Order: sequence, then structure tokens, then C-alpha cells
Amino acid sequence: MNTGKLAFPMPLPAGVGTPSAPGGLEGQTSQEKPVRISVRRSRVDGCSTKDPAMFKTEELQINIGPQHPSTHGVFRMLVTVDGETIIDLKPVFGYLHRNHEQIAEQNTYLQNMPYTDRLDYFNSMANNQAYAMAVEKLAGIEVPERAEYIRVLMVELTRILNHAGALGFLINDMGMWQTQLAFGMREREKILDLFEMASGARMMCNYFRFGGVVRDLPPEFMPKLKELLVAMPAFVDELERLLRENEILMQRAEGIGILPKELALAYSVTGPVLRGSGVPYDIRKAEPYSVYDRFDFDVPVGSVGDVYDRFLVRIEEMRQSKRIIEQIVEQLPDARGGHINPRARQNVRPPVGDAYARIESPKGELGFYLVSDGSPRPYRYKVRAPSFINLTPLGDMCRGYKVADVVVILGSIDIVMGEVDR
Amino acid sequence: MPRLSPEELRERMARDLPGAVLEATPLRVAPPPAHGPQPAPFVTSDTVVAAGQIVEAALYLRDTLGYAFLSDIAVVDYLADGIFELVYRFYTIEGGDGLVLKVRVPRETPEVPSLTPYWPGANLHEREAFDLFGIVFTDHPYLRRIYMWDEFEGWPMRKDFPKQGDKYIGAEE
Repeated sequence: MNTGKLAFPMPLPAGVGTPSAPGGLEGQTSQEKPVRISVRRSRVDGCSTKDPAMFKTEELQINIGPQHPSTHGVFRMLVTVDGETIIDLKPVFGYLHRNHEQIAEQNTYLQNMPYTDRLDYFNSMANNQAYAMAVEKLAGIEVPERAEYIRVLMVELTRILNHAGALGFLINDMGMWQTQLAFGMREREKILDLFEMASGARMMCNYFRFGGVVRDLPPEFMPKLKELLVAMPAFVDELERLLRENEILMQRAEGIGILPKELALAYSVTGPVLRGSGVPYDIRKAEPYSVYDRFDFDVPVGSVGDVYDRFLVRIEEMRQSKRIIEQIVEQLPDARGGHINPRARQNVRPPVGDAYARIESPKGELGFYLVSDGSPRPYRYKVRAPSFINLTPLGDMCRGYKVADVVVILGSIDIVMGEVDR
Repeated sequence: MPRLSPEELRERMARDLPGAVLEATPLRVAPPPAHGPQPAPFVTSDTVVAAGQIVEAALYLRDTLGYAFLSDIAVVDYLADGIFELVYRFYTIEGGDGLVLKVRVPRETPEVPSLTPYWPGANLHEREAFDLFGIVFTDHPYLRRIYMWDEFEGWPMRKDFPKQGDKYIGAEE
């Protein structure tokens, strides 16, 4: 038997709860490994009430959404249920479709920068970086060192605020109304204040330009950032202490929405969903871009691939982002160059060719594929949106679970409809 | 496993999959202008694969070379040459640069074998390409429109899709 604390102190039915998978995160330093012993609900293949001696059941097709508080936007799931059990689930997209790519092909390269903000409106800085990198690759624009540091600083702050918000929404979906969400939003506000200081806008930052960022950090930015860094560990620890062994969370998250390692790879999921399934794939390490090769940070990895693992991975990623930001604060004063390459033209006319740039956005791999015909407008502009592709395995992840689990599994993938529908 | 450059990939694929690798002919990215200099043709350095053999080529990348992560499928409409180009992007989990396979199909009969039976991750990429460009992926299990509604006519990302006017607004009056 397990010797750890029982999160669920009741006699276990035979065969359940033991042996529980060795939970926890590899490469974790600050906390002891979590003990995962609660009763793991098993997945049902087909329907358990198919026995003719019992009830006569009938499959039923219902819609979850498009107007549903837990779908994080306008998103519909066409669900076939047998009683409470999910037999099949098909996501239905397109309610927010605006043909972003077609609009972008009518605009000049710089005009598209604010449009990328609207893709994943939680992480406008990350979208800006991926797009700016693609155009810089296409047009051969160099970025000064200081600008790279500012960019990475902004994207790592984005990662913290995204995960704080995503965890808040996840807990909200589980029925622990508002408290955690308010905690997450409180921290998010502090980061948004920093964004406002630097870029003038809180959410639609439009801060990046080809060859750098639009303006340098104001003098009052760094003291505020250092204050935030001092307060940050307490917030993350508090969040983790409140939730890690929280009974509601463990019952709703453990063993739910399992995505095995091999399946996660075959489904092309990225970001915390892939790492939660145990694949240590992070583009910041796998194909370092910008100045990520200069920082020391770990890639947290889950073991089972359930909702709980994704939750733990996000908590640990916030800590790792804070580590990166601390190193940026140390190295930024020595960085060469200004906030932007003064020779970089903003009204670019890249030579004929194509370029693909990808970054590890907080939700996964965000890529931009651009084809230039030598004119000021992109000939082809394609977004590889992480939220969209991470929804591919949703049907497989939900099959066999209950209807109430669907909203939790969806919350753990962490989608933004602005990016899914584009 | 050492990472491959596009040239090495072409060499190995020409050896192991005869007939799969095609010559990358230059493409015109824009129609010829009425006056002024002719824009340069687009010569790709990536591997162009025969449309009929994309499944074999992709499985070769996955099973022999270890590029198991299908990251992206993009479609480009080269209207002047009457060609759709599909850009498949593969990566390895160990990291490093990816490999790109390009497939060219004529605009009149845009049919490509589907990767979804072998790579479930290709599902939404291919449905998106079908919805916006009208690329037909044979053997796809559920090839339906994904963003536009089912009754929508036309392929909105094609270069010859009308940019002005809307046949759905004001059609009732």
C-alpha cells in the first residue's frame, strides 16, 4: 500500500487506487513530489448498462454549446451519450471565424501586427513575437540583443498570466466558483499593468516591430517588475498549496481525460498538454530561438497525462518562467544595442520566398508561414494555431467519461476561441 | 540520430523511394505585371514529392528517419501556374530543424491522399485545407467543412475567390 497521506480517506474498493502511478513532475526542485492516491475513476468503454437484464438504454445526441459558460467562447460539441457516459464527441468550430488569413493577405506586413493580437487575446505578446520572427526571417532583418531580451521578458510574463488565468478558469469549470479565478486575475492585473507601462495597452499590446519592439522600457518598469518578482513565489505557492491536494480538484482531475504519450505525439498536440502526457518537448529547448539558449530553466513533465498532470505542469511552468525573468533582469543592463534595429524598415518588401517561424507560446507551438511575392503584402499568410490543433484529440480524451468531465477536460486543454476559429 | 538537410533528404528518398521525389520547378508567385519588371520566380529549396506518394514519403520520414511529429499542413494557391502547393512540416521530438515536404496538385483536380489514417493529428489540418481551399483528401474519415457552414459555396482562401460583394447578405430581399 502507499504510505503517503490519503487525500481520500475511505476504504478503497478492491483493485482501485493501487498501485497508483508514480505521480509528480520530473525536474521539480522546490516542492516534494505529490502523492497521488485518491480513488481513480475508471474509464468506461461503451456503456456498462448494456446488460439486457438491466435497463433498456438508448443513445442520444445532444449539443454542449455553442452558448455554454464552460466552453470559453462560442464553441459547440456534438456529443453522443448513453446515459451520462460519452460515446462520441465531435467538436464543431467556426462561430468566431473571420478568415483572418484572407484579411491578412490584403494588408501590408506591418498592418498585420495588431491583427495577430486578436488571435489569442490572452497572449498578444507571444503572437506578436511569432509573427515578427517570421517576417524577420523572410526579410533578413537583424534584432539587437537588448530587443531580444525585452521580447523574451514580455513573452515569459505572458506565460505566467496565461497560466494563472487558465488555472483559474479550470478550477471555475470544476465548480469551485470564483475564488481561484479571482486569485489568478489579481496576479494577471499586476502583469497587465506592466504591459500598459511598456506598450500603452493592457491586452492588445501591439508592442513588437520588425527588428525589435516599438519603444524601450520606461524607467519605472524595472522597479515594478522587481516588486512583482518578489511577490510572485508567494502567489504560486499559495495557489499550489490550495489546490494540489484539494479534494474537489483531485476528484475531478485525477485519472480524467488521459492522453497517453504515444497518442499525444500522434495527435500533434503541443504545449502543456503534450508535456503533461510525459513528452519533454519544448521549442524553447528543442530549437532555441531568440536568446533562450542563454537561460537556465527546466521543462516540467507529467507522468500520466490526465487533467491533474496538465494542472501541475502549468504550475511548475510559472515557476520556470519566473526563473527566466530573473535571469533577464540580471543580464538586461549588459545587453548590446537598443530596443530596435534602427536600420530595419517597417514597410518591408521581402524578396520572393517563404519562411516559417515558430515559438513556444503559452498554449503550444505557434507558427506563422509566410510566402512573399516581393510586394508589400504577404502572398500567403498561414497561422499554425496551438489551441486549434490541441483540440484534435478531444473526442478520444472524453470518450468513456461522464458529461460533467467534458468541461473539465476542455478547460485543461486551455483554448481561446479567437485562435481556434481565426 | 543526425539531423538531415533538404539535400540529404532528397538523396536518401531518391534511393529508398524511387519516383517519389520530383524536380522543384520554379513557380510564379504573382501574375505578370502590365508594365515594369517581371517579379522573380520562386525556387524552393525544400523537397517536392509526387502527390500519389505523399503517404509513403511521410511514413518514411516517420518510421525510418524518426520525424514523428507532424506540425503543420499549409496550402498555397499559385494561381498563375494553376497549382496548389501543400506544405507538410515534420519535426523530431529530440529537437532541431524540421523537414518539409511539398506536394503540388493541379487546381482543377486537387486530390491528395489523406494522412489522417496514419497520423490522427492531420485531421483538423486537412479539414481546414478542404474548407478553405477545396483540397480533397481521399480516404479522410470525416472530410466536412470546419469553419464555414455546410451549405457554403466556394473556397474562401483561393486567390480567385471574389473579395467584393456578398451573395449571402441581401439575397433574401
